[in-house]
Amino acid sequence: MNILKIILLNLLIFSFSYSSTFEELSSKLSDNSFKVKEDVVSELIVNYKDEQRLEILLQNMLLGNLYFQNQSNEILFLEKENSFKSLFTNESITNANENDFSKIKINNKLRSVIKASLAKINLFANDENKRLKAAKNILENLEEQDKKILEEALKTEKTSSVKDILLESITNINAKFSTGDEQLIAISKLGSFLSAKSLETLNGLKDSSDEKVKVAVKKALNEIEFSKSIYSLIETAFFGLSQGSVLLLAAIGLAITFGVMKVINMAHGELIMIGAYTTYTIQQLMPNLIEYSVIIAIPAAFIISGLVGIAIERLVIRHLYGRPLETLLATFGISLILQQVVRTIFSPLNQEVKTPSWMSGALEINGALSLTYNRLYVVIFAFVVFFAILYVMKKTSLGLKVRAVSQNRPIARAMGIQSSKIDAITFGIGSGIAGVAGVALSQLTNVGPNLGQAYIVDSFMVVVFGGVGNLWGTLIASFTLGEINKFIEPLAGAILAKVIILVFIILFIQKRPRGLFPQKGRDAQD
Amino acid sequence: MERKSIILRILENDKGGKIVLSSLAVVVFVVAFCNLFIPESSIFHISTFTVTILGKYLAFALLALALDLVWGYLGILSLGHGAFFALGGYAFAMYLMRQIGNRGVYGNAELPDFMVFMNLKELPWFWLGFDNPLFAILMVMMVPAILAFVFGWFAFRSRVTGVYLSIITQALTYALMLAFFRNDMGFGGNNGLTDFKDILGFDLSADTTRVALLIITFFALVFGYLVCRFIINSKLGRVVISIRDAESRVRFLGYKVEQYKLFIFVVSAVLAGIAGALYVPQVAIINPNIFSPLFSIELVIWVAIGGRGTLYGAIIGAIVVSLASTYFTSALPEVWLYALGGLFVVVTLYLPMGIVGLISKIKMKKA
Repeated sequence: MNILKIILLNLLIFSFSYSSTFEELSSKLSDNSFKVKEDVVSELIVNYKDEQRLEILLQNMLLGNLYFQNQSNEILFLEKENSFKSLFTNESITNANENDFSKIKINNKLRSVIKASLAKINLFANDENKRLKAAKNILENLEEQDKKILEEALKTEKTSSVKDILLESITNINAKFSTGDEQLIAISKLGSFLSAKSLETLNGLKDSSDEKVKVAVKKALNEIEFSKSIYSLIETAFFGLSQGSVLLLAAIGLAITFGVMKVINMAHGELIMIGAYTTYTIQQLMPNLIEYSVIIAIPAAFIISGLVGIAIERLVIRHLYGRPLETLLATFGISLILQQVVRTIFSPLNQEVKTPSWMSGALEINGALSLTYNRLYVVIFAFVVFFAILYVMKKTSLGLKVRAVSQNRPIARAMGIQSSKIDAITFGIGSGIAGVAGVALSQLTNVGPNLGQAYIVDSFMVVVFGGVGNLWGTLIASFTLGEINKFIEPLAGAILAKVIILVFIILFIQKRPRGLFPQKGRDAQD
Repeated sequence: MERKSIILRILENDKGGKIVLSSLAVVVFVVAFCNLFIPESSIFHISTFTVTILGKYLAFALLALALDLVWGYLGILSLGHGAFFALGGYAFAMYLMRQIGNRGVYGNAELPDFMVFMNLKELPWFWLGFDNPLFAILMVMMVPAILAFVFGWFAFRSRVTGVYLSIITQALTYALMLAFFRNDMGFGGNNGLTDFKDILGFDLSADTTRVALLIITFFALVFGYLVCRFIINSKLGRVVISIRDAESRVRFLGYKVEQYKLFIFVVSAVLAGIAGALYVPQVAIINPNIFSPLFSIELVIWVAIGGRGTLYGAIIGAIVVSLASTYFTSALPEVWLYALGGLFVVVTLYLPMGIVGLISKIKMKKA
């Protein structure tokens, strides 16, 4: 019996020493010897890499916030003044008597071991974002000894974004701390990375005494400059695309009312403004739904601006068909009234429209290029709206009727199309699109009573440039003007760029009075 | 005697013009007299402020006249006539700036204040010559004329008409506004040109100068009216009117439509420039807001309200709307934009021939 007991006990001890629990292992940190602590940390890393408490333990240990209970060797960390939290039971001990606890001290060697371990934990974490963060963190605070872990991590890493950063880190370390050929290779490799860190490393090596290093650094710096200029070119192109999509959104409604119906609607800008104010009002009415406000605002703005448009058409424009100059004046009067209505209801000041969190921030492509989400979404949105309108105009029976009325009103009527109803609907659609454009613009510019005025001349330019009555022309014109504008801007300044564009269009219209893509055939006659 | 008979001949069969011009003459005379010769204590005294306001209205009337010439008789709706007005104004303001001399804040005899402020060392080339009043007056007419000629030459030659022409004239004034807002343009940026001291050696703030400016403006208006009326009554005027009514037909008859259009457009731009030059010394400031499309389109409504294609209707419209604008913007500023917007709608829908048309309609009914 006794023998059995001893065997059993031995077995127990034996098994414990081989697979001790996290608690037991970490309790050993109470030992005074730094060497023992070092071993414990390494053992913890090996056995409990996936244990969440390990990270907390190491982080607190690094900060000097880790304590143990004098009697039980229970490990705790200092939560706030006089309050400990147990790592084992997760319970907090408030108003603790400090004499019951002792700090787990660390030295410099231990500190670097902990640091490496922490990085290791995260570098090998299952969560991709965690690995990315850890890798970025290492790149930010590079040290020579990190190289080993990085190389180890690189072996198992599968995600390319993390891999890139690991590689960049290793290259940086090599460039900084290696010698001879390895350093030269690393330096020349650095030329292909664009982060601020690589640039910093290169700049640090610029005044190296080694001629070879100097030459390599210069070459790498030139390489970085070159790829940076390419990325800035891409960025400018993106800005142009974004500007173009704003123009497209603003002009597409006009392309319908002006291009298809031949109605000059000077109040078009104010219909855009109404859309923007709809977004603002929705955010005010539903402060808890900011995330969805933009989505809700799109149909709301379409309906409200559309109804205002139909009202304008029924009350005023209907009486002025065939008298374009008078229509221009009357709708200009309406634009003044609408602006004043907004000033009376809201205020003459700009209103703040909030951006939902999924639209803020930027898509980072690499160290030199990042695209803001709001612009990205507006570009996508502009295309969606464009193709939706194109579909309605070309593939639906409504679109067919609209085109029939615009091409030959008497014949269309003879075919049984109620032309006045079609007029109202067409105008409503054009105005509704203006409202939708307003929702998009509310995310990019200030929302105020003058919002519409800023776009009216531009949108007319787009429609006229593209060719009246041609939706594709409007698309191409928007993006052409957007790109030209953004590429001239850095050379000439924002205002002069605009002036140059206007002069360009004025000259262009002299050459091709009917725009890029004029309507052909008999319909084209005035 | 000879001259008078020409004027009478021009005004023959123009009852409306005679009435408007003679009543304006009476008003101007009364205002000038009551300002200068009746002591301030008397209730019949008219303040210098009123003199200035009236002068401003008359300058606007001349501008409206210029627009009516192209819109009412040539059928071109220019939404950029404010640009010619502003250019004339800037040209004359440059002369007035040079007259300030060393009385500016910085006391620099060579450079206007804003140039000192911008650290310019010497006068930009386009400011040279503007200390000479005759050169400035020449430029008041030449600058708008050249712009109108170049713009019109391109536009009319490529047969841009109707709404397209309206929109590019609007783009023209919009582009100029943006350009003049820039400080590096050398025209004072968004502050414009101001702080004028004197004109041709006379103190600008003196009552006599103000009255003189009013009278000069009145005579410029009369001169402008006679020029327009003379053109319209001439054989050339008949061609112009037929271009308005049936452009292709006139072209097929062998007339060079572009040349007629260009001539009228340039004359109109010169008149607008003169109006601007008379406007500036009276309001004592010019800034790029005059270039704004809003101003240009507002003056279209002056002509529309007065009645286009009558010349004197433009004068009535400019004065009536400006009066209403002055009254509302001080008494009921909230209401003014509603009223102005409403005017655009009501006039186009119900008063296509404006006040003049309304009066003749009422007369017709009575008769």
